[in-house]
Amino acid sequence: MKRAAALAGVLAALLGAPATVAAQCPRTSLGDIEDEVMCPVCGTPLGLATDAPQADRERAYIERLIADCRSKDEIKAALAAQFGDAVLALPGDAGDDDLGDVLVYVIPAVGIALAAAGIAFAVVRWRGTRGPREPGGGDAPAAERRLEADMERYEL
Amino acid sequence: MRRVLAPVPIAVICAILALVGLLAYGLAANEPDRKAEESLARGERASAPPLRLPRLSGLGTKSLEDYRGKVVVLNFWASWCKPCREESPLLDRWHERMKSRGGTVLGVDTLDIVGDARDFISEYELGYPMLRDKDGETRESFGIVGFPETFVIDRRGHIAAVRRGPVDDTFMRSQVAPLLRERS
Repeated sequence: MKRAAALAGVLAALLGAPATVAAQCPRTSLGDIEDEVMCPVCGTPLGLATDAPQADRERAYIERLIADCRSKDEIKAALAAQFGDAVLALPGDAGDDDLGDVLVYVIPAVGIALAAAGIAFAVVRWRGTRGPREPGGGDAPAAERRLEADMERYEL
Repeated sequence: MRRVLAPVPIAVICAILALVGLLAYGLAANEPDRKAEESLARGERASAPPLRLPRLSGLGTKSLEDYRGKVVVLNFWASWCKPCREESPLLDRWHERMKSRGGTVLGVDTLDIVGDARDFISEYELGYPMLRDKDGETRESFGIVGFPETFVIDRRGHIAAVRRGPVDDTFMRSQVAPLLRERS
């Protein structure tokens, strides 16, 4: 009876082992990774390379690594070992050019800010110089107020 | 004095000109290198660009310079490339023919997964030497835009023929066989 119980225990442990491994497996997916890596031949992020044979091979490789319980970082490192750092789509993933990784974000932001400021300045200047002003430099609301005061004075 | 153009139209014109300039630069920068074909069209053979890469086996590196004095059929391929499957057995047959006459096929597996490349070589029982260009660094110097592409290099290290696409027996007979008769 004790032997049967021990055997049942061993069997239960063996059957439960894959479930334990699966539970410990880092959870990542192909969709999660393919936005962060490139298809090196296509020159686009892997997620956008729908019809390229090289992209299909890369996806198959990623799926094999996911099935092997590799984490997202491990898979990206494995891809970099196969294709070089250029396969990593996100700045900072290569980890060897800190200044470059910061500039990738800063330069476009500064460019957009300067362009917006330039356009705003040009629009203000343009509106300021456009169309004749009222005689005496008066603006429309002031003239309206004067007209209303005159109308009240003459009780029209 | 009358203003010729208001600032906003000037800004818009400048932005359009900048975009057109950027587009032109992008097109010019992506133009593949075709020096080898241009030289061949003039009846000249350009020097092959330098090439030093690790072996696909992982054991050491090899350069084109190491093959000086031999006729080299330099073939850029990848395991995911379908036309490469068609030409590889032909290249292997030609490698066997060329070996005793001072020639070799030299494969460069490019932008490929090592395991897939090794499976490909086993499947087709390829016996010629193989190098590995993991990040495609040689694509620019050889002006490679697709796979496969093949460069026939004479005994002095000059490019004697180029095929952008799979080679066939006619190409090998007309472009490679005569070079094997040339002396270095």
